[in-house]
Amino acid sequence: MIDGTQESNSEMSDNDDYNFDAELSVMKGKARQRAFDVEAESLSVQDIEAIMKRDAEHVSGIFGAPVSIAYLLLRYQTWNKEKLIERYMDDPSKVLATAGVLDPSTENLASPLMPPSSRRVTRGTTSTRSRQSQPSPPPFMCPICCDDEPPNIMSLGCGHMYCSNCWDTYLHTKIREEGELSIRCMDELCAIQADQTFIRKVVSNQDLQRYHELLVRDYVTNNPQLRFCPHPGCAYALSCAAASTKSALQTIVPTVRCAEKHAFCFGCALEGGHAPVICTVSKLWLKKCADDSETANWIKSNTKECTNCNSTIEKNGGCNHMTCKKCKNEFCWVCMGSWAEHGTSWYSCNRYDEKDGVDARDIQSKSRASLERYLHYYNRWANHEQSARLSLDLYAKTEKKMEEMQITSNLTWIEVQFAKKAVDEVIKCRKTLKWTYAMAFYLESGNAKQLFEDNQADLEKAVEDLSELLESPIEPETIPILRQKMTDKTVYVAKRNDIVLEDTAKGFVDGRWIWNIGM
Amino acid sequence: MATFSSRRLTKELVALREECPAGITLLSTEDLKSWTLSLELLGESLFKGEVFALRFTFGSRYPIEAPEVVFVVNDKYKAPMHPHVYSNGHICASILGSEWSPVLNTSTICITLQSMLASCKKKERPEGNDRYVKNAPLSPKNTHFLYDDDSV
Ligand SMILES: [Zn+2]
Ligand SMILES: [Zn+2]
Ligand SMILES: [Zn+2]
Ligand SMILES: [Zn+2]
Ligand SMILES: [Zn+2]
Repeated sequence: MIDGTQESNSEMSDNDDYNFDAELSVMKGKARQRAFDVEAESLSVQDIEAIMKRDAEHVSGIFGAPVSIAYLLLRYQTWNKEKLIERYMDDPSKVLATAGVLDPSTENLASPLMPPSSRRVTRGTTSTRSRQSQPSPPPFMCPICCDDEPPNIMSLGCGHMYCSNCWDTYLHTKIREEGELSIRCMDELCAIQADQTFIRKVVSNQDLQRYHELLVRDYVTNNPQLRFCPHPGCAYALSCAAASTKSALQTIVPTVRCAEKHAFCFGCALEGGHAPVICTVSKLWLKKCADDSETANWIKSNTKECTNCNSTIEKNGGCNHMTCKKCKNEFCWVCMGSWAEHGTSWYSCNRYDEKDGVDARDIQSKSRASLERYLHYYNRWANHEQSARLSLDLYAKTEKKMEEMQITSNLTWIEVQFAKKAVDEVIKCRKTLKWTYAMAFYLESGNAKQLFEDNQADLEKAVEDLSELLESPIEPETIPILRQKMTDKTVYVAKRNDIVLEDTAKGFVDGRWIWNIGM
Repeated sequence: MATFSSRRLTKELVALREECPAGITLLSTEDLKSWTLSLELLGESLFKGEVFALRFTFGSRYPIEAPEVVFVVNDKYKAPMHPHVYSNGHICASILGSEWSPVLNTSTICITLQSMLASCKKKERPEGNDRYVKNAPLSPKNTHFLYDDDSV
C-alpha cells in the first residue's frame, strides 16, 4: 500500500467497507501533523453572538455596568476587551465620555442617594433609563416633529426628550439606511449613545435584527482572528489565530473551510485559496496577470491548431493529452510537444529552460525572452485554472461513465465511486499545480527551485496520468483493471500533492525559498 | 410627506413668516418641500453688502435627515467665494452631513452659514473646485465631504 495522506475525507461514509476507503481511513490518523495544516474553526452568527455576549457580560461584571452599556464600551474600544479594561482602570470618566456613555459619577452630583465614593463603579442603569414612565409636565411638544400630544416620550440617560415616533424614525434611518451602529442622542450637542436596551424598546424586530447583524459584522471586522467567508451569501466566519498577524502570513498559507465547505485564504480572502504559495506571492502574481492580461490573452483561447496538420482543435476536457481528430497526431496541450515524449520519459513540460530563452547579443530578444518566460509560467497556470473551470463537465461525464459501469459490470453504485474520487483529486491537485507555477515564476534559479520543480513535475505527471485514465473508454471486460488502476493512481496523486504542499510549507518555515524579486 | 415632517415644516414656516433671524429673508416657498431664503451678513465681514440665496429641499424624513441646502447660482445670485462653498453652490459643512441633528432647523442652518461666512479670512474657492464642480452629483447629499474644519 502506498503511504500517502488525503486532505479531505469528510464526505466518506463509514459504511463503505471496500478497500479504497479503508486505505484512506488509515491515513486519517496522520492528518493532524502536516506542516501545511492550519487550525481554524468555522463560526456561525450565533456562535459569534455568544462570544460577544460573553465578553460583554465579563466587562459588565467588572465595571458593574449593564450589559448593553458594556456592548457600547466594547464597540468603542473596537472589541478589544483587555485594552478596554486597562483604559477604564486608568481613567473611567474619559473612557465613558469618549464612548458616549453617561458618567454616573457626574450624575451622582445631582443624585444625593449615590455617594461619590462609588465612582469607580459604573452605575450604568442610569444611562439607559428610559424616562417614558415619568410623569412629564403637561405642555410637552416634541421639538422634532412638533407634535404637542405625542403618545409617548422617551430619552436616553441625558434626558433629552423626544416622542417615540421620532426616535423610531431616527433609529430606523440610522440602522436601515445608514447601517450605522454609532447612534447619538438627537440633540445637537449631546454625545450620549443609544444602547441596545433603549433600541430594543423603540425599533421594530426587523430593525433590531439588522442592528444585531451590524454588531456582529463590526465585531468580526475588528477582530484579526476572524474573517467572514467570502463566498457570496455565506454567513459563516472563520476563526484562525495562527494566521492573524502579517508576519505569520510570511510563512503560512492558511487555506480554511467554512461549515458550508467553501475554501478560501484566511490571509487575503481569495476564494479557493492559493496553496502552496503565500499571500504575498499570490497577490504579486495575480496583479502581474491582470497587468499583462492583454499580451497573455491569446493563450487563454480555448482553441489551438494541430502541430501536424494545422486543423483547429478545441480543448473540452481536463486532460492535456490531445489527439487531433483529423491526423491522429498526439501532442501535449500545454507545450504543444509530442505526447510520446511526455508518456515515456517525462521531459519536464513544467520547467522553463532559462538558458534557451536568453540571447544576450540582442536587447530585443531579451525583452522577448522575459515575456516568453512569463508566458511559460502563465500558460501553465492558466491551463490548470481552465481545467478546473471545466470540472463540472468532468463530473457530469464521469457520472455518466459510472452509470455505464454499473450497467455493464456487477459493481454497486458505492463501488463505482472510485471514479468520482479520482475527479475530486484531479481538481484539487490542479489547484495546487496552478499556484506552483506562480511560485516557480518568482523563485530564483538554484537547487531549491530545482527540487521544487521536480516535485511539481512529479505531481503534474501523476495528475495527467489520472486525468487520462478518467477519459479512457469503458470496456466491460477491463472495468476491474481500470478500477484498480484508477484507485491506485488516485492514492498516488494525493501523496504527490501532499509532498508538494508539505515541502513548500516547510520551505517557508525554514526560509529556504529565495525570490528573484523583492517580496 | 410624512405627517411629522409636514407638521414640523408648517411650524417652521409660521415662525419664519412671523420673524426671520437678522439678515435672513424668506423669498419663496413653492410648497412645503422647497424654500428659498436670502442671506446677507450684517456688520463687518468680507461679504459685507453681498446678498446670497439659499435653496432648501426637504425630504420626507426631515428633520430626522438633514435637508439639502445649496447656494443659488443663477443670473441674479452667485455662490459666496468661500473655502467651503463650491462655485456650483454646494456647501461642505458638517452640520448638513454627519453632524446633523434633528433639533436643528432652517433658522439654525441659516445662522450657522452666516457665521461660517463671517469668520472667513480669505475669499477663495475650496481646493479642487473645478474638478468637483465638473463631476459633482446633482445633489450635494450624494457627495461624501470630508470635514476638515470643526468650526463649520
Ligand atoms: Zn441627549
Ligand atoms: Zn416627535
Ligand atoms: Zn462559506
Ligand atoms: Zn492569501
Ligand atoms: Zn492534426
